[in-house]
Amino acid sequence: MPEYTWPEAGKRTFIGKRISRVDGPLKSSGRAKYTYDIVRPGMLYGKVLRSPYAHARVVSIDTSAAEKMPGVKAVHVVQGPGKEVFWAGDDVVAVAAVDECTAEDAVRAIKVEYERLPHLVVDAQEPKSGTDSRGPLSKTDLLALIDTDASDNQVIQQIQNRGISFQATPELLGQWREQHIKEEILQALQKAEVKTSSETSDSSWYKVTGKQTQGDAEKGFQEAEIVSEGTYGQPVITHCCLETHGGIAEWTDDKNILAHFSTQNVPGLAEQLGRALGMPAANIHVHQDHVGGGFGSKLGLDRWGVAAAQLSKKAGGKPVKIMLERDSELKVAGCRPSAYARVKIGAKKDGTLVAWESYSWGSGGVGGGGSPPLPYVLNIPHQVKQHTAVVNNIGPARAWRAPNHPQACLITMSALDDLAAKLNINPLELYRKNIALAKPREKIYLEEFQVADELMGWSSRWHPRGDKTPGPVKRGLGLSLHTWGGRGHNSQCDLTIFPDGSVEIKIGTQDIGTGTRTAILMVAADTLGIPMEGIKLLIGDNSYPPDGASGGSSTIGGVSSSTFRAAVDARDQLFATVAPALNAQPADLEAVGGSVRVAKDTSRSLSWREACSKLGPHAVTVRGKNPGEGELTNSGVGGVQMADVSVDVETGVVKINKMVCVQDCGLVVNPKTAESQCLGALIMGVSYALYEEKVMDQATGIMLNPHMDSYRLAGLGDVGELVVHMMTGPGYDERGVIGLGEPPTVSPGAAISNAVANAIGVRVPMLPLTPDRVLEALENAAGGRA
Amino acid sequence: MSDREQEGSAGVSRREFLKISGIAAASMPLIAGPAVLKVAGEDVAIHGPDKTPITLNVNGKNYSAQIEPRVTLLDALRQDFEITGPKRVCDRGACGACTVLMDSKAVYSCSVLAIEAQDKPIVTVEGLMQGEQLHPVQAAFVENDAQQCGFCTPGFVVATKAFLDKHPHPTPEQVHRGLGGNFCRCETYDGIRKVVSQLGKA
Amino acid sequence: MRAFEYASPKQKQQVVELLGKHWGDAEVLAGGTDLLALMKDDIVRPKRLINIIDLKELHGTTFDAKAGLRIGALVTLTELSEDPLASKHCPMLAAAASDAASPQVRNMATIGGNMCQRPRCWYFRNGLGLLAKDSEGKSLVLQGDNRYHAILGNDGPAYFVGPSTVAPALIAYGARIRLFGPKGPRELPLEKFFVIPKAEGEREHDLQPNEIVTEIVVPPPAANVRAAHYEVRQKEAFDWPYVTASVVLQQEGDKVHSARVVMSHVAPIPWLSEEASQALVGKAVTEATADAAGAAAVKNAKSLGRNKQKIKMAHVAVKRAILRAAKGEQA
Ligand SMILES: Cc1cc2nc3c(=O)[nH]c(=O)nc-3n(C[C@H](O)[C@H](O)[C@H](O)COP(=O)(O)OP(=O)(O)OC[C@H]3O[C@@H](n4cnc5c(N)ncnc54)[C@H](O)[C@@H]3O)c2cc1C
Ligand code: FES
Ligand code: FES
Repeated sequence: MPEYTWPEAGKRTFIGKRISRVDGPLKSSGRAKYTYDIVRPGMLYGKVLRSPYAHARVVSIDTSAAEKMPGVKAVHVVQGPGKEVFWAGDDVVAVAAVDECTAEDAVRAIKVEYERLPHLVVDAQEPKSGTDSRGPLSKTDLLALIDTDASDNQVIQQIQNRGISFQATPELLGQWREQHIKEEILQALQKAEVKTSSETSDSSWYKVTGKQTQGDAEKGFQEAEIVSEGTYGQPVITHCCLETHGGIAEWTDDKNILAHFSTQNVPGLAEQLGRALGMPAANIHVHQDHVGGGFGSKLGLDRWGVAAAQLSKKAGGKPVKIMLERDSELKVAGCRPSAYARVKIGAKKDGTLVAWESYSWGSGGVGGGGSPPLPYVLNIPHQVKQHTAVVNNIGPARAWRAPNHPQACLITMSALDDLAAKLNINPLELYRKNIALAKPREKIYLEEFQVADELMGWSSRWHPRGDKTPGPVKRGLGLSLHTWGGRGHNSQCDLTIFPDGSVEIKIGTQDIGTGTRTAILMVAADTLGIPMEGIKLLIGDNSYPPDGASGGSSTIGGVSSSTFRAAVDARDQLFATVAPALNAQPADLEAVGGSVRVAKDTSRSLSWREACSKLGPHAVTVRGKNPGEGELTNSGVGGVQMADVSVDVETGVVKINKMVCVQDCGLVVNPKTAESQCLGALIMGVSYALYEEKVMDQATGIMLNPHMDSYRLAGLGDVGELVVHMMTGPGYDERGVIGLGEPPTVSPGAAISNAVANAIGVRVPMLPLTPDRVLEALENAAGGRA
Repeated sequence: MSDREQEGSAGVSRREFLKISGIAAASMPLIAGPAVLKVAGEDVAIHGPDKTPITLNVNGKNYSAQIEPRVTLLDALRQDFEITGPKRVCDRGACGACTVLMDSKAVYSCSVLAIEAQDKPIVTVEGLMQGEQLHPVQAAFVENDAQQCGFCTPGFVVATKAFLDKHPHPTPEQVHRGLGGNFCRCETYDGIRKVVSQLGKA
Repeated sequence: MRAFEYASPKQKQQVVELLGKHWGDAEVLAGGTDLLALMKDDIVRPKRLINIIDLKELHGTTFDAKAGLRIGALVTLTELSEDPLASKHCPMLAAAASDAASPQVRNMATIGGNMCQRPRCWYFRNGLGLLAKDSEGKSLVLQGDNRYHAILGNDGPAYFVGPSTVAPALIAYGARIRLFGPKGPRELPLEKFFVIPKAEGEREHDLQPNEIVTEIVVPPPAANVRAAHYEVRQKEAFDWPYVTASVVLQQEGDKVHSARVVMSHVAPIPWLSEEASQALVGKAVTEATADAAGAAAVKNAKSLGRNKQKIKMAHVAVKRAILRAAKGEQA
């Protein structure tokens, strides 16, 4: 029985080494082809007419002028008369034409009449109590819920808990079945309690969850010697993938679709598209070589994707490409939920944490956002908390790197930092003192604190709140910690060794820029003892063995494990075949440096090619799976970050001097690309901490800043010095491979906010930390003192 | 005459255009091609609104197609000539992903019309390759892992090349300003700064 | 973008004839960095574009001790920032030009286009009109998010801010703008070129639909002139500022003989502050006098709600620009 354990440090040829990404040359030469770049023969260009209103009912649609325009090949009504649209930018009619200009002209020629309905698009104010209407679900509530990212289970749960305010008649269910609403949901509706109370409004903006408690918060606060209070928050931000969402769909015959989509989910897309079109997933071939960013927003299928397929059908199967315009991308293709909270923390004078109370709220669009896991990382003994989901018309929420964690982190770490200031102790000491509450990762954090302390010079440079040096520019340090799961997802890898020594790997995964291709090749080459160039790797296609979506930091653990198991099994089959020729037992052999040899007598050796030729005429193919035997991947990482900032208290401008990221992710396959993940996460964090905000206008219901000069991102000069340290070696490596895409994005907001508070002596409660917010916080504090 | 002549189509008819300044057409060719107006005593060619022949010189080669005047250089490169290195990201001159060299200067190809880019040599990221060899800037992007998803990379590579040509030994301040016209959402700026310091060493 | 017809004539007389008599008929295309974005957003819908790039006489700079620095309307921001004449005679202008936008924008953007570029107000850019009113005629800016909007000259109905960060530098130097139209050339002080529109449909420039900007002339600087520019901007580069201040001081001994203080992003037009200059004239520049001038510059400022902190920023920008100028720092 083979043993599936990662090789020890001394026996790794590639794993753990700094390897340049294998698709780097393709990308930097401009030859990498993204979905956006693909031009299919006879391809039509699709454009979508979108609702200008945040909430409205479609009354009538006139597409006749568009249909008559030369060059227009298909028009498809996505949401027809009677349908309710829930955000500005929602898809109403899609058009396919011979070129983009014609498609755009056609969209402009379509007339739609809407009945405007009341909308809510803002969320920063704390919802007044008493706005809870956990009454039964109306039809509107239900359809809105289904339209969002809410999982089927969540929908069913809501149906069961709240009941419904309408009759689930067979006609209605039939109608919904036609719209491909899941059978399970329809069944839940049939069983649901019908509450036709007269006071039920059609829908409510605010959904309050029940109070959650742990221990006895009241008693906790009585025991506390110091209580610190504050309100903290961050607005909705968008993913702003540089390659917008979209794809190309074509009917290759009347039963089969070829789909090129910009996605993080090549293996799952056929199922999603098949369900929407009412056709078997098996008839949908999905392919993608490269994707220009996803960050969690490209896991699901969107209406425009379905529309591309429907337009293609109407146009006789011709390929139809719909890629979102930038403004639509920012309006509708993903908002990270906001989160705000009023927090109270109680502690002993020595800093021992006793009690936590939070009233949080946040918006994630029509589905309401997820609630942030509060208090974050530190499990304070006594807790009471309540969350209100603001259900508003800003576009659907989508997962954004480490869903809910950055929000929870900002709220918790800001509150703890304010408490430390009130106690007049160094926050690093506060965390150290309470680290037992971070079970089971307390040891990891303590080790990381030490490294971060050294890299930042925290202990020698930290000062109490308020930089007292003269002049308008104040400097400060801030700190935060975070966690994430990151276990490898289900993955399958087919590895073939050909008798001529060539090797081919097929995995139905995708490389979203995290270096997945490189990692797979490193693991396989390491195991087979051959160079990475000797292996042909095929990914990005759903005809390859099924893998998972690249989300939640699950890819690296999945593909490295399945690849490793496949490589070990294939290698062992090869050993079994060649052992007689080497006059040895298979177990005595090793594959190293392009040869297969007897480990204890390396003079008995065959070149890789010679060894493979012994396979006879047939190639060997084995499938490796994750999960499988052995503990190759794991879950649960810890990370610590520190920020050093300067703040001009006269202009309010915050500059980053330095960021330190100390991160654990078990066994690091490729330190080079792993560090890139952390560097990128730090910068993304600087960007949302200082600049990013989806600005909504309540009067019109639209997003005011849907372009890239107004939706502001950090530039190359804004990010300061960046230092990344990966925790590796004993205590880390043996945990196996754990994902890294999410965790380092969690802390920057909190670390930077804390550094600003340390610099200027005042908390700026809301991100992003723009000059006006900084000046306002200073002004409020000065007013408070006067 | 064009099929946009028809009222009600989203295009505007040529007849309507000519009314703008009350100048009569000197001659109106019956086949596609520019109309010619006599203005202030001299002929002026009027192109469009329909497709008109356009020739671009890209990476040392000439490309010709019938293209409407409203088509940007970026879209002509990508859609008419399948030169897809330059990316369309913001389409408003605000992100740098479409950066190309025009007359040896870095410009946003989304903010230039194809029709005005004629007679000006264009170099895209593809044109920096020396045969199958990566240009030193491209090689340094690989070596310093200055790319993740790679979607911003073509524009960033061209911008970096133009920047280093102008500032062979830049100060950090020059780097911040000089490469401030490109955004990366995977946030590979640290790698790009390493590229510049590697290639910009005195 | 909607379809249009396109011409690229060689003479300005032809340009004028090809332009329409009404806004909306035709537009002048220079560098295209703003115009094409406006057209893609369907904010302007010209039926004809007249590219003026082939007008030879609109290119280049010249200097003459009497007339001063003449900058052709088609000089790009890159050319201006690297121009030896500009750097010598109006260094603050060159610095302001090199600090605007990004290298790629500056390589295309012309100084004429920079003067004529349209406001960045997010209501305007979203197609809600320059004056951004709702169906009842109430201002969306006043009801909504006005964090970047005007703090001066904001009695309404216009609340947007002028976008150019170069115009204030030129105005501080006392520049004049030359236009050419059907009736021939005309010239006016640059500050008079910018106007606050009173009704939807009016533009924010004193420019006729069939006129073009041909050049900008900066008078020869007097001796003892010191100038500096300060932007309160969050990002290092490629970011619209909250406010800017451009200051040109003429010293007499250690006293200020005359001063021109111009702010941008504070009002619908570049804001030449008489109050700030008066606060300086006859005084030596110190931290205190600079601060007093900053305070004077925003004496009449008022908040629209979300933009209150811009008042403080403008105060500080003016103060810092004055101190920089006095110290002989440029940018
Ligand atoms: C992301 C971004 C950031 C920017 N940041 C800054 C900044 O920090 N500071 C700053 O000052 N600017 C900034 N700009 C604006 C930029 O400087 C202007 O777009 C540019 O100067 C316009 O010049 P152009 O030649 O490209 O004009 P075009 O886009 O060609 O034209 C702009 C307008 O002026 C008219 N026009 C042009 N030339 C003439 C003429 N000679 N006579 C009559 N009308 C004319 C056009 O009809 C049009 O209405 C930024 C732009 C972008 C896209
Ligand atoms: S696509 Fe041209 S600058 Fe963004
Ligand atoms: S590498 Fe993905 S946007 Fe830059």
